Amino acid sequence: MNSSTTNIAPAHLAEVRVSFRTAGFAALAMFAILAALPLLTLVTGDAFVLVVATRIMIFALAALSLDLILGFGALVSFGHAAFVGIGAYAVAILNAYGVNDLLVQSLVAVAVAALFALVTGAISLRTRGVYFIMITLAFGQMLYFLMISLSAFGGDDGYTLPARSTVLGMPLLENNLVMFYTVLAVLVGAFLLARMLIASRFGRVLRGTRDNAVRMQAIGFSPSPYQLTAYVIAGSIAALAGVLLANQVEFVSPAYMSWQRSGELIVMVVLGGMGTLAGPIAGAAAFILLEEWLSSFSQHWKLGFGLILLLVVLFSKGGVGGLVKRLLGGAHHG
Amino acid sequence: MRGLLSEMLNLFLLQALNGVQFGIMLFLVAAGLTLIFGIMDLINLSHGVLYMVGAYFAATFVALTGSFVLGLLLALPAALLLGIVLELLVFRRLYERDHLDQVLATFGLILILNESVKVIWGAAPLSVPVPEALTGSVQLFGNVRYPLYRLVIIAAGLATAAGLYVLVNFTRVGMLLRAGASNAPMVSALGVDIRRLFTVVFGLGAMLAGLAGALVAPILSVEPGMGDSVLILTFVVIVIGGVGSVRGAFIAAILVGVVDTVGRTFGPILLRTMLDPSAASQTGRALAPMLIYILMAAVLLFRPMGLFPVRGAVR
Repeated sequence: MNSSTTNIAPAHLAEVRVSFRTAGFAALAMFAILAALPLLTLVTGDAFVLVVATRIMIFALAALSLDLILGFGALVSFGHAAFVGIGAYAVAILNAYGVNDLLVQSLVAVAVAALFALVTGAISLRTRGVYFIMITLAFGQMLYFLMISLSAFGGDDGYTLPARSTVLGMPLLENNLVMFYTVLAVLVGAFLLARMLIASRFGRVLRGTRDNAVRMQAIGFSPSPYQLTAYVIAGSIAALAGVLLANQVEFVSPAYMSWQRSGELIVMVVLGGMGTLAGPIAGAAAFILLEEWLSSFSQHWKLGFGLILLLVVLFSKGGVGGLVKRLLGGAHHG
Repeated sequence: MRGLLSEMLNLFLLQALNGVQFGIMLFLVAAGLTLIFGIMDLINLSHGVLYMVGAYFAATFVALTGSFVLGLLLALPAALLLGIVLELLVFRRLYERDHLDQVLATFGLILILNESVKVIWGAAPLSVPVPEALTGSVQLFGNVRYPLYRLVIIAAGLATAAGLYVLVNFTRVGMLLRAGASNAPMVSALGVDIRRLFTVVFGLGAMLAGLAGALVAPILSVEPGMGDSVLILTFVVIVIGGVGSVRGAFIAAILVGVVDTVGRTFGPILLRTMLDPSAASQTGRALAPMLIYILMAAVLLFRPMGLFPVRGAVR
């Protein structure tokens, strides 16, 4: 049986251990820079930096959660934006019914996302390879079309939130600085949780299955429950990103869960380096900064973006992963 | 009561025909894609873009020549050419890569082609007139009339499907296709230029997608991104039918087309017998677009490899 058609080259164990530690330091450095960023904006007085940085961290959170299944489980999920959308719509729909508390909204978002991940994951994980890619894509689109047809919550036009969510009745998030540190705290928390998971027995089974599913089965592990659990955890974290995204822009739209968004999340993970946890954070930053930068030249910036993506994949040996590895490797030895 | 019933029946038949027409169009896009999956083991996200480009080619050439038939005859080789160029420039380098690289590269290609279309033709939708001779409608059964042009689409699609069936099952190229799907290295070892075969499959797939785009151009608006939603539906079709199976793609395409079209009309009507009207139309409108995905999930629950699983063979 060809149990894993999506073959992502298994990394050498020692190399993994080193890169795991390196990734830890890289993440620590990134978090330190982010935590100090508001000081910089105090000096320059430019609040826009804060807004972009918050956006980067929100997408970093979503990309980080995708890395759990893509990088450590070799599950190429093309419907991850659906979970971000579930989080965003949890905020919008609860708001329409008068529930504005951030914690309640987050709890509902995580619960619904976990349930959706459990059901769709159980079906999707019966398949492998291209089937898995296409099925996760289709489930994502299913939710996208559902939200478009829900005219009570804006349908295609989206839903404008009257205000950001409250925390214990206080409008704390209205302050961009509080928003910034809230997102940073969630991101750091998710990073630590993911790191703990990956280092645990659970994470070792997941990685073992990624590297060689047949061997894992031979030593007595059934991969599916582990992969499904990872899928549910990843979906729940992505829903939190959706809750934060809805709050930051005070607007919710089906476009958040379109398949292009899912594709962008994959690009972030792969550009930054799969299976590193720190990589997706850097990938999200690179993606959003590149988007900001290219769109300042022309409204047709996607043309340039697509070209860069295509050329990187085509002309770097081993794809984007190979390029990143060589760049990192060069930095180590040089 | 009898009047209402026959009215319902007429509506059902009309919607079923619309569904078949939609399904035929999906099949034209899916046929090429399923062959590319099955033979080259390549996941090509940009196949929907070829459908869009086909529609744009048709719009341009019809406007240039003033004749729909001439426009179509020019659009097809143009789509074929684009497919071959893309194969030589991009896809050829992707066969050996893992699926993730293929996803990323073809995702980039979508961004490039969608944006290029905006640059060349503008973001505003174009419209293509229905050819003069094919306007109007014909009487089918009772007092049901159906647009002639849609019937022509159905006929053209069926003819193409038949042609494809003959090509795959009774010709030398078809034999090589089937052999390539079951064991490409062996075909190559027997002295067949497998690379050229891949290029042929790619050009053929691009031309079929382009044909679908060109055929529906007069009944849909031609706009950037029109291929994206079709791509997803095509994936659903291929997953239901079984990757690599042209026969499976045909049956699944008709199934998806009919379920989607009929479901959108009759979902709310059926629900109205159970719920109050406003709740029924709300729920119906929300559920109808999800029907085909539920269908797909149901099929996969019982047959994870689709209805016509192919283990390295094109059928």
